[in-house]
Amino acid sequence: MIFLELLFTFFKIGLFTFGGGYAMIALIQSEVLGKEWITQSELIDFIAISESTPGPFAINIATFIGNELAGILGAVFATLGVVLPSFIVILIVAKCYDRFKKSKLVKGCMSGLKPATIGLIAAAVISIASAVFIKDSFSFEIFSSPMTYVSLGIFILMTILIFKIKKLSPIYIICLSGLIGIVFGYMLDFSL
Amino acid sequence: MKKYTELFITFFKIGLFTFGGGYAMIPLIQNEVVQNKKWISDEDVIDIIAISESTPGPIAINCATFIGYKVGGVLGSFFATFGVVLPSFIIITLISSLLNEFGDYKVVKYAFYGIKAGVLALVIKAWWTMYKKVKKDIMSYILMIAAFVAVAVFDINALIVILFCAIIGVISSLVIGRRKR
Repeated sequence: MIFLELLFTFFKIGLFTFGGGYAMIALIQSEVLGKEWITQSELIDFIAISESTPGPFAINIATFIGNELAGILGAVFATLGVVLPSFIVILIVAKCYDRFKKSKLVKGCMSGLKPATIGLIAAAVISIASAVFIKDSFSFEIFSSPMTYVSLGIFILMTILIFKIKKLSPIYIICLSGLIGIVFGYMLDFSL
Repeated sequence: MKKYTELFITFFKIGLFTFGGGYAMIPLIQNEVVQNKKWISDEDVIDIIAISESTPGPIAINCATFIGYKVGGVLGSFFATFGVVLPSFIIITLISSLLNEFGDYKVVKYAFYGIKAGVLALVIKAWWTMYKKVKKDIMSYILMIAAFVAVAVFDINALIVILFCAIIGVISSLVIGRRKR
């Protein structure tokens, strides 16, 4: 049953997400792409949508995938699934909060989780990069079309902007990238 | 009942105006919950952030649940969490139907083609920000590289990697703790 499957999958994702939205990408790739609920390319589009709409990434992606798969009720179950673990854990922690703060076990756990998260985001970077620059993942043919050079240009420009300008909102990056994509798409009359 | 509707409305507002992830929420919480409502103190906010970082789930949900509980018990945490989730839920549901309607237009496709390259830059920046903050010792580097290789090269499920790294963290902290004693 799709609703229970959505609930269970997003419960798992919620339970194992530490350290914010981007840490979730690798988890979603493992749990959701394998089920073929969405494609890698749709996931990247969705990261952009999530960055330019309010609310946490976790909620946004759960709602989106739930909607795509099983309409509004699917969205309810997926969102419930991703919220429930935090809700339960925080209620427990709120009761014994001083003990939690001093717990060596929690500190030990975190000392393993933090570097793991960084490794996972790095892995997500590689998979996104291959989706952006390699059109056909079976032939590993890099830069198979002129439009890929446009992608490379956008990527370099945006990386420079993000690292040079502090506190630049991701929304500007997304709008500018989209605009350049539209201009060059029509100029090269690229067929997608 | 007034307390619950207030929790709901406050967190609905916070959910509506939080763009780009959890930490962007903190000034909003300070403004609404600490200064306007005086539900919690500034020190509480720091504690909540610390707890959110070491518990699963998005920081927005963690904060809403925690503050809701402090103000109005379990029911309070339910209303606060419901409030913070609802704006995203409504907006994304609208966008998802818009995408189904307009997703095949050439202009939308070109836009997303460009946006994908921009997203790559955003994720790299997020990675760099987190990398700068993490403690840099041998174990950290080993876990970072191991997690990366496990997922990127061997295609191991990220969930297993996370579980495994947490266990190693606990074991190594126990071993180091014992040595110090």
